[in-house]
Amino acid sequence: MEAHEEKPIIYTMENKPIVTCAGDQSLFTSLYTSLAQQLPRESMEWRRSYGRAPKMIHLEANFVQFKEELLPKDGNRALLTFPFLHIYWTDCCDTEMYKASVKDDMLRWQSTLRLHGSVDWLIVVVESEAKKKNKTNILPRTSIVDKIRNDFCNKQSDRCVVLSDPLKESSRSQDSWSAFLTKLRTLLLMSFTKNLGRFEDDMRTLREKRTEPGWSFCDYFMVQEELAFVFEMLQQFEDALVQYDELDALFTQYVLNFGAGDGANWLGSFCAPVKRWSGLLLRRPIDMEKRELIQRGEASLLDLRSYLFSRQCTLLIFLQRPWEVTQRALELLHNCVQELRLLEVYVVQGALDCWVFLSCLEVLHRIEGCCDRAQLEANCSHTVGLWTYATEKLKSLGYLCGLVAEKVPTSEDLNRTVDLLAGLGEERPETVNSLQSPYKKLNEALSSVEAFEKHYLELSHAAMEMYRAIGRMRSARLIGKSLAEFYMKKGDPERAEGFLDDSLRSYVAEGWRLQVTHTRKQMAECQKLLQQTEDYLQTSALLAGDANLTEEERKHFCQEILTFASQPPAPSDQTVALSMAAFAQLRQMQFSPPGAVVHVGAALQLELRVRCLMPVAMQVEQLAATLHFSLEQGGARGRAGSAQRRAGHGPQGQGDGVVMFPQGSPLAGAGMGASLPPALELYEMQDRSPSDSSLTSTGVVCKNMHLLLRRHDSSASLDTPTAGALPAAVAVDDGAQMLRARDITLQPGDNSILFTAPTGEPGSYTLRQLCGSVGRVQFVQSHIYPVVQYEVYSQEPQLTIEPLSDNLLAGIPQKVTFTIATGHYSVKKGDALQLSNTDSMPILHSSCCSATVLSSTGGQPSIHPLERMGESALSIQSSEKVTSISLPPTPPYHTLEFQLEVLCHIPPTPFKPDIERLTNGEVRHRPKSHSHVDSGMINIDQKVSIDCPWSIYSTLIALTFYVPFKAKHSILSAGKRKYIQVCLQNVSDTNFHLADPVLTERQPTVSMELLSLNVKTQQPVCSQQSVFCLWEMRWAKPLPLCLQCAFSASFAPVSASDTHTAFKPYRYEFQLDRVSTLYSLKAEISPPSGDQHCRTGALCGLEVSITRQAEPSETEGEEEESTEIEGLRTTKLMYEVVDNSSNWAVCGKSSGVVSMPVAASATHRVQMEVMPLFAGHLPFPNIKVFKYLPHNAVPAIQPDTDSCLENDTISLLDKGLDDQGDTASIRSRGSVHSVGSGEQQRGLPMPRLEPFSPGQVFYWSQGRQVLVLPVTDDHVMEVNVT
Amino acid sequence: MHQVRLQIKGSDVARYSYSIHMQISAVLQSWSKPKNYPLFIRSVPIQNELKFHYTVHTSLDVVEEKISAVGKAMADQRELYLGLLYPTEDYKVYGYVTNSKVKFVIVVDSSNTSLRDNEIRSMFRKLHNSFTDVMCNPFYNPGDTIQSKAFDSIVSAMMVQAS
Repeated sequence: MEAHEEKPIIYTMENKPIVTCAGDQSLFTSLYTSLAQQLPRESMEWRRSYGRAPKMIHLEANFVQFKEELLPKDGNRALLTFPFLHIYWTDCCDTEMYKASVKDDMLRWQSTLRLHGSVDWLIVVVESEAKKKNKTNILPRTSIVDKIRNDFCNKQSDRCVVLSDPLKESSRSQDSWSAFLTKLRTLLLMSFTKNLGRFEDDMRTLREKRTEPGWSFCDYFMVQEELAFVFEMLQQFEDALVQYDELDALFTQYVLNFGAGDGANWLGSFCAPVKRWSGLLLRRPIDMEKRELIQRGEASLLDLRSYLFSRQCTLLIFLQRPWEVTQRALELLHNCVQELRLLEVYVVQGALDCWVFLSCLEVLHRIEGCCDRAQLEANCSHTVGLWTYATEKLKSLGYLCGLVAEKVPTSEDLNRTVDLLAGLGEERPETVNSLQSPYKKLNEALSSVEAFEKHYLELSHAAMEMYRAIGRMRSARLIGKSLAEFYMKKGDPERAEGFLDDSLRSYVAEGWRLQVTHTRKQMAECQKLLQQTEDYLQTSALLAGDANLTEEERKHFCQEILTFASQPPAPSDQTVALSMAAFAQLRQMQFSPPGAVVHVGAALQLELRVRCLMPVAMQVEQLAATLHFSLEQGGARGRAGSAQRRAGHGPQGQGDGVVMFPQGSPLAGAGMGASLPPALELYEMQDRSPSDSSLTSTGVVCKNMHLLLRRHDSSASLDTPTAGALPAAVAVDDGAQMLRARDITLQPGDNSILFTAPTGEPGSYTLRQLCGSVGRVQFVQSHIYPVVQYEVYSQEPQLTIEPLSDNLLAGIPQKVTFTIATGHYSVKKGDALQLSNTDSMPILHSSCCSATVLSSTGGQPSIHPLERMGESALSIQSSEKVTSISLPPTPPYHTLEFQLEVLCHIPPTPFKPDIERLTNGEVRHRPKSHSHVDSGMINIDQKVSIDCPWSIYSTLIALTFYVPFKAKHSILSAGKRKYIQVCLQNVSDTNFHLADPVLTERQPTVSMELLSLNVKTQQPVCSQQSVFCLWEMRWAKPLPLCLQCAFSASFAPVSASDTHTAFKPYRYEFQLDRVSTLYSLKAEISPPSGDQHCRTGALCGLEVSITRQAEPSETEGEEEESTEIEGLRTTKLMYEVVDNSSNWAVCGKSSGVVSMPVAASATHRVQMEVMPLFAGHLPFPNIKVFKYLPHNAVPAIQPDTDSCLENDTISLLDKGLDDQGDTASIRSRGSVHSVGSGEQQRGLPMPRLEPFSPGQVFYWSQGRQVLVLPVTDDHVMEVNVT
Repeated sequence: MHQVRLQIKGSDVARYSYSIHMQISAVLQSWSKPKNYPLFIRSVPIQNELKFHYTVHTSLDVVEEKISAVGKAMADQRELYLGLLYPTEDYKVYGYVTNSKVKFVIVVDSSNTSLRDNEIRSMFRKLHNSFTDVMCNPFYNPGDTIQSKAFDSIVSAMMVQAS
């Protein structure tokens, strides 16, 4: 019986639910220990109302003696003192005793309970063997229990339990214990559910009344907190926290509503001016002072919030969620500040800062108290907010109390400090002994300037360290910046500089303009104090061009620079070089002439457009751009090369000579552009093989790789003012060539500056550096990008001859243009071109010939049209060997043009190579002619040798002429009569008139005459058309073996104005061999006997008669192989019947050798059988005749088959077979007389076949047809109709 | 530019001055442009602009922390809205990150209680839609600061509505 003697309300969280005990107290005392031990041993499931999730709960209880005062009176809602269960203990086993005393006692107990409406009770009957043994007249024990059940447990028999031998170690005892405990737990939970449910209902009802006038938040707070306490007592911290959170939310809502004009009366007490700001107190489980203040309705807003938070904090730490404490703490502190502001509560200035500072540190201390070091370090991200907040607040307190200054605080500051410290009150007893308590820290920090600095730095560094540790660099830098501000206030710029520089770099790198401007301004102040002149000037320049500053500020910084610039330089001082980027931006450069390629000495101007960023007009003494000169290109390669190169030259190659400089976005402002790395600039690269200009490789090249790949901190170096001096390259080399402009005034905004570029030497000039001098200050841009360059070239004089039209045609006079690019040579009076005359190409000059002089100022004819300068007459003198053209005087780098008419004679076809000696003594081949592959035209490369005045060597220029015609001849026979046909084809694109075609013998023989059968003397030959001419040969004497003929005609272009003079000759020479007819061949097909017509499938007779036409002439006789047999000269002929079209089947022998007597009209007849294979008019089968030369005969050498001499046997045979066309058909027939190649053996003497010339054999039956009838109808045609 | 002063007629005068501050920064093309530079910033009222800028810039720390906290595998299903980044005494800072890592930040005056999580969320969604429209503009060069009038007017409308 310890519990009931203590004070019933205990405000520690050692509270347990109260259970009263009535009846036999000594019995209970004996059982108490084991009961208190065993009750929490097992957990029970607690099913909750309102759909809350069931929970497993370990029950404990505080057993007190039953007293009537313990029972709650009406209206008392105190839950902590509420007895949840009433137990009556008895060990009565005697009916008499029961009836005598126990029953009455129980009845009284019951009635008391009933009076107070308590239904949670239990009767425990303890049985013990020992007791039974003592009494002899015992009734069966059930009877007592039954009696009790009968008397009290009306329908609730479970309200009475039996505990058997509780103090003995027996299984029966244990069973009864466990049944009892289960019953006890169940009943306790039932009681909780019922009573808490009722309490919650009451509480809700109370809450619903909150709109009623008399409602008080503080009263309600107490009620709901009671519930929280009960949950906490039951170890249900989560539920307890919910109660506080609900209270928190309710209060917050009231404050917000108040702010919105809906004020509640009770809030008035919270609006009282804040008198104490001692910070949170988290070291006690319950802050009774504050709780009493709330209970009395005297709490201020801070009191209420502090109390609420301390409770929440306690519960959260029970729940092992310390990081939620820090998060909620930060929210709470922010919220309190806001709420006080919203409620317009009067707070002494700085008091809130004190409160927040103390609270932050208190929370941090509390957390440190319940976590170990490793945990703390791992969770910096949760605590760093509080550290920062505390730092901020301490800083603002420092400023408020005059602790951030070089001087000591004033008395006013001291008064304020005293007031603030007074509001803290006495230090709480819990922390009096702690050395590091928040209270002590604040007291100390506000006590002196030095102490403040110590504490402030300590906090700042701690916060920065934590931010760095969790990777929040920006936050760390922000603290660093505020440290820098602190140092500046303290007059310690050295220490401020590092922090400012760090912040500035990060802002510049990330492109935050306002921060950059703000920080830079602070930096300028710092640098001025540190007397870092150069850096200060650089920063000033950046600030003067910063659009985010006001005009006055910019002018101020600009003036700083100008003041420095105008100071007389001390002897030791050098000029100060600053980055151009802050001062001005390059916009564009424009070359005039735009090609930026000029010849030596020409005028080249460069217009530079610069946007000056300064707020006032700047007087610049000199603006100079250094040039880098290189010989690599320019004059050596000449104009064409450089023009090509330039065409693919990125931004400069736009054709208008304008180079645009890429700008950062206009918002980026000064200094920002440079920090943005440039975009990739790619261009295509093709590598062609030098020999045939075929593509060997191609790729993409990044032009500005050096900019992209350079280290980033160095790229920012020009931008940040702390970067110190610029590299040594800034020093301008006076020896180098320069673009210079003196005494310019740069107005704010765009300016245009004109430079004259030096063009003294050929080569390429690249702009490297731009440097503007203002007094002692130089603004330097160390690189100009994109690359700006121009080229100066020197060109050799050049002569070209080009036709006016696409092709030059041989045979007719045409104009060609002579172009002289003078280059560096100046054509003087009397200079002349000497053209060596050639017979094949005379130069036709007329008196009225004039030359045009063109200027080529742009240097690039392809881009810039030539300007016509003047015209002058040309005098041409022609001697036998040389045509001399005297040129008009022409200045250098001009173009001289004139036209001359030339004619190339068509050489007689076929061309024969021969050697001709040129007039200038040079031995060379005649113009080579070869067939033009595309047009079928024959071209002639005609070379002209010219002596130019600027060179001691002759210039050879090739002109290509095309022969417009192609001629062919053929010989036609009719019996013995002969005709010659000449076909002239116009292969050119020009239409011509053809006149007077004549055929002549080149070695005229009297005996032969050529009779023209041509009707027209003149006729047109259109492009790609042909004209045929025909002559008959008549002769008296036998013809010579070989006839030399020449065809000639005149032609003139249809378009020619003067047709008579324009007619030019065309000549075609050819040779005819073995013209006269030797044999005539006649074939006859006779139907089988008794039939009138041939029929398919029936054998017909074929009779071939070969007739000798003429006596062999002397010349021919030598050639023919003849044998003398019995005085009769015979030659051997081989005939062959071939049917290429498979109309006929030759039956039996198809070829044979006949001996022909060498006499006129000697005839030989051969009979053969052929079978028509088709019906209709069938052409006769082909019959061929060859000379048959015996093997011993010496092969006759034919002039036109000279190439076949070496292996004559085979080649002739092959030739013969080829002529027949279908060799396979011969071989397949297996003719005995066939000269099949299978029997041929190389090297063995074998008979040979030799074909006749086209005119020597006349085929009478050529083209004849014979009617073949189909055989009688013995075919059955099957027709199926389905 | 909008300092809205709402006067409630009657005895007590409540003063509201809500500010919404928006900032968008991109990490697109991180090789050619610096990371996290502002694409668009607008604040109402204008007098505290610098402080806003500092706040927004610092908040990027938390944005980056939150993005990297989500595992790489989960990055696809990541919620774009990051919620309250951190509170300060005067402002609440909210964050939103698109899939292409464009960051939106809205800073609201702490005293403004009318803007709850849902409102902020829908503001972000609107901003994102409008930003997508800006990106769809063929004349807009991704990475440039936004100068679209349509975007500006949507932001202005949101700010007027919110205050």
